[in-house]
Order: sequence, then structure tokens, then C-alpha cells
Amino acid sequence: MAMNTNMQTQEKPDLLVVKNLTKYFPVRSGIFQRVSAWVQAVDKVSFAVKSGETLGMVGESGCGKTTVGRSILRLVEPTSGEVSFNGENIITMRPKSLKALRRDMQIIFQDPYASLNPRMPIGEAVMEGLQIHKIGHPKERWEIAINMLKKVGLEEYHARRYPHEFSGGQRQRIGIARALALRPKFIVCDEPVSALDVSIQSQVLNILKDLQKEFGLTYLFIAHNLSVVEHISDRVAVMYLGKMVELTERDALYREPLHPYTKALLSAIPIPHPNVKRDRTILKGDVPSPLNPPKGCRFHTRCPIAVEKCSHDEPEFREARPGHWVACWLVE
Amino acid sequence: MTVSAQIEKLEAEAITIEERSPFQVVMRRFVRHRLAMVSMAVMVIIFIITILAPYITSFKVDEINVNNYFVPFGTVDEDTGRVHYLGTDNIGRDYFSRLIYAGRISLTVALLSVLISETIGVFVGAVSGFYGRWVDAVLMRFVEFMLTIPTLPLLLIISSMLLRNEDLIPIPESVLNFVGNIMLLNPRDARNAVLIVVVLAGFGWLSSAQLMRGTVLSLREQTFVEASRSLGGTDIWIIMKHMIPNAMAPIIVDASLALAGYVVAEAALAFLGFGIQDPVPTWGNMLSATQTYMFDKPWLPLLPGIPIFVCSLAFNYIGDGLRDALDPRLKL
Repeated sequence: MAMNTNMQTQEKPDLLVVKNLTKYFPVRSGIFQRVSAWVQAVDKVSFAVKSGETLGMVGESGCGKTTVGRSILRLVEPTSGEVSFNGENIITMRPKSLKALRRDMQIIFQDPYASLNPRMPIGEAVMEGLQIHKIGHPKERWEIAINMLKKVGLEEYHARRYPHEFSGGQRQRIGIARALALRPKFIVCDEPVSALDVSIQSQVLNILKDLQKEFGLTYLFIAHNLSVVEHISDRVAVMYLGKMVELTERDALYREPLHPYTKALLSAIPIPHPNVKRDRTILKGDVPSPLNPPKGCRFHTRCPIAVEKCSHDEPEFREARPGHWVACWLVE
Repeated sequence: MTVSAQIEKLEAEAITIEERSPFQVVMRRFVRHRLAMVSMAVMVIIFIITILAPYITSFKVDEINVNNYFVPFGTVDEDTGRVHYLGTDNIGRDYFSRLIYAGRISLTVALLSVLISETIGVFVGAVSGFYGRWVDAVLMRFVEFMLTIPTLPLLLIISSMLLRNEDLIPIPESVLNFVGNIMLLNPRDARNAVLIVVVLAGFGWLSSAQLMRGTVLSLREQTFVEASRSLGGTDIWIIMKHMIPNAMAPIIVDASLALAGYVVAEAALAFLGFGIQDPVPTWGNMLSATQTYMFDKPWLPLLPGIPIFVCSLAFNYIGDGLRDALDPRLKL
């Protein structure tokens, strides 16, 4: 399954290429902590992120989207697969070059309350990356930190305060400033607005958009809110139970989804109009356990259009339309 | 007062509330804890008296006046006109001066023991909790094994071995001089005290290590640790910048409670005759040396007992106050 993106859409080079990324978490039990089972969190996921774009990634809770994000940064060690950033394979990198790589890749976390050290003034938190990489003198670092705080709409006098003195939205902006202080090229946004009020969500999303323009950032934007993803993404990937099921341009996905799972997801977006009636695809049952995923297509147990073949053979993730990748036997 | 003035006042108050740092918050809560504040005052007075020992009393610690043994409180020395406020002991040494100098030595031994045992405990506990797996298993099984051994008999055996054989643990001259200067002892006697510190701290770090490990175990799962790692933070960086500052609250409380324990432990060792030996006064060995006069001159063994009691009580209350101030939810 090669990731040669179609020539028409390849104006920009690929910054990040993920090939067959797999992460199984061991389940240990008993007094000897023997591995009794494996949670198949991510199974052979492949995609590429182009320089300067925002790739949205959606899926239900537990479908492995967060694990994909953390594996890319090697915050969790993938079981197998390849992640190359700017042509370098990250998975086999030694600690020293990995540390250098951290300057180029950053992450913004979901929970703005847990992601800041409660005993560290926020100016110092923003400065932390600069200290670790020994960039500039202490005074320069402080100035950079304050500049970053100003970029996300905070003031200089905030820098000496502690995280508990800020609201959720402010903290999330501090998290963004911290990620940006090292001037990375690529940022994994791991559900950065899921924990925020709707009014604050748009504010943070707009800051992310502005910063993308200013610094030429590339985002992998993980979320479970389809409207948020539609707002910010250039392309969207859909994951289900550790597998990627569909990946295409945003407009194509929202206009003409090919995978039955994507169709079901999109039909679940509420429309704020009382008279609009539409065909809703309502999925039955729960997501199967990633401990023991179904054979064949992982979605076949809940798929409204599944046929016999789906329960035996796993569909290939292929380019069904130009630039439109999907993993389903029933898509022509 | 006009409305605008009131508003101004309210605003000013609001700002001061915002500006309060965690340290100030803790201080305010501590000051409100009556018993802890009284204990603090008592300890400050005791410390000042012991620090100013040479200025408060004109008698030397080992100044023997053979003719004036067992004199009652307030006896005036006929040759020099100096007052024996608390009388003299069995060989005519001024009891008041010896109590003060003894306090200096006993408290220094307790403080040094706490300092060393908490430092070792913090680092062993941090390493054990942070790395987990076999490192944790090995370190913690060792700690648990040591804790199952009854401490006092072991302390007795070890301290008697150390006191008899001076070369068993070589202690650098500079350390002896430093400790000797604090305790106003010559290096030879200081050696004795340092050995007691080594013995006490050698067993004292065990429980601090367990405490620290537990704290780190919960801290390392926090997102801000992952954030630091994604910024390129090494293990040592994360332990120093994130683990230790966040674990300080229980450690400080543990230290103040341990302080009480060490005052008593030092006295117990000395009382049993395996601590610091006689010409050098400590509260414990003064008690032990005068116990034979318990029935005809009961104040002689009682007087050194009082500061032991007061100090251990005060350190316990200070510990309680600190616990309530630092973290009201903490159970220790």
C-alpha cells in the first residue's frame, strides 16, 4: 500500500509520511505480570501530511487517533511501522537525534488543566523547551517566552503567575505558546478544544489558524467533533477501531463520503433547523473491543450494507477516486 | 465612603487576591494554625538560645568544679560570682550550660539526619517511582526488607561497632571540622556525632523513599510530564523540574515529623549508652548519666527530659500545621 499521493493534489511536498503504523498495548495480569492479551490500538495506519496543510483526524473515543498522534512524536513507542519526517525515519532514531527532532515537532494536549505543571509559573513553562535545548541566554529566553504569550493573547504580567490562576481557554493558549516557543514545523493538536466551552473553542481555533499562517505550520488535528474538523482542516482522515477507513479533501468528504462509517458519522451532525428531515444512518451496537477486533473489515459488525465478503477479507485502503482513499469492498 | 471609592477598594482587594502566590497562600494557612504557630515560636526560641549558647552562659561545657557538685538551683559560685541557675551535676558541672550546649548538639544531629535521610529518600524514591518495573521492584523490596528489621537493636549493634572501630567509616576532615564548628566540638568528638547522624539517617531514608515513590508514581502519569518529554526533556530534567517540586508538600511534612523522631531516637541511643559519649553533652546522655539520682535529686534526670518532650511535641505540631497548610487533602 504505497502512499504516492495523486499527482493533481501534490502541489506541496509531504512533510510527514506514516507507513503501516501499528501500536499494540500489552495487557498484563497475574503476579508475574505476564502479557495475557494485546490491545490493538492502531493497526497498520498509513497516511501523509503535506507541508503547510492541516490534516484533520476524526473517530470515536478509543479508535486510536490519540495513539497515532503520540506515536508520531514517539511519546509512545510504536510496535511496528515507519514514520518519516522530512525524509528521516523517526522510529529508529537514537535519543540524541530524537531530542533535536523535538524542536521541529510539538504537541498540544487535550486537557488544559493537567498539561501544565501546577508548581511552575507559566512564563517558565513556555521557556522550558528553550532551556532544554539551550537556546539563547536566560534573558533572551524570557523575552521569547513573553513574545509567545503575547502571540496567544496573554500579557507580560501573566508570565509570573501559576496555572491555577488561569481559565481553561487561557491555559490552552499557554499550552499553544509552549509548543510554539521552539518554532516547530509540525504540531500534533490532540483534541485541543474538546475540553473547552464552545465560545472559547472558536477563539482557540482562530488562534491556531492565525499562527499557522504566520509561522507556516503544519497540523495534525485530532478531534471527535466533525464541525470543528470541517472548520480547520484541508483534508480529513476518518479512523475506526485502530484502522483508517477514509482520507480525502475536506469538501469531498463532507459532500460525498464513500465509507459507510463516514456516512453514519456525518449523518449524526445535528442540523440547527427543526423542519429539515433527512435520512439518518443509525449504527447499531457498540464499538467492538480492540482486544479482539472482528475479522475481515473491522466495521462489518455494525455496517448497514455489509456483505458476506466483509466478514472474511480485510479491505485494502486504496485510492478509489483521485486523492480520495477509502477502505471498503463496496466502493467502486 | 462614596460608591466609587468602595469600588476602587474592592478592585484593589480583587487584585491582591489574584496576585497571591502559592507560597503566600500556604503561609496564610499556616499562620492560622494556632498550635503550629505556638510550636514554631517555641522552637525559634529554643534555636536562638542554643545558637547563642556561648553568650548566654559563662560556664564552659566541661568546666568541672569538684567542690560544688550537686548544688541546688541558683547557687552562686563563691570564687567567680557566677550563678549556677540550675545547680550542678554529680561532678560539679553547671547544669544550665550543659542543657543549652546539649540542645545545640541534639538538634544539630536531628537536623542533619533529616537533611540527609530526606535527600536520599527523595532521590531513591524518585528513581524508583519514575523508572518503575525492575528498578522499582529491586529498590522497594530492599526498602521493605530493611523496614522489617527492628530498628533499635540494629542501631545499637551498628553504632557500637562504629564507635569502637573508628576506621570503619572514613569521614573527611572537612566534614568533621564543619560539624564541629556548628556543635562547638573538637573534630574528635564531632566524629562521634557524625557517626550517630550516619546511623540515624542510614535507616531514616527508607520511609521517605516509600513516600516519594508513591508521590512520583501518580505524578509521572500527568500530562505535563508528557509535555516536558515532547519538548525534549530528559529523565533527569523531568525528575528535577517536575517531580521534585510537585512532591515537596508531603516531603516537607514528612521531614518535620521525622525531626521529632530523630530527637527522640538520638536521646534513646544516648540513654542506652551507644550514642554520643559523656564529656559531650546531649539531652539523651545527660538523662542517662543522672538516672541513678532519680530518687534523691529527681530534677537532674527530669530537666533534660523536658526539652526532648517539648521539641518532639513541637515538631509534630509544626508538621501537622504544614500538612494542613500545604495540602489539606494530604493524609500522612
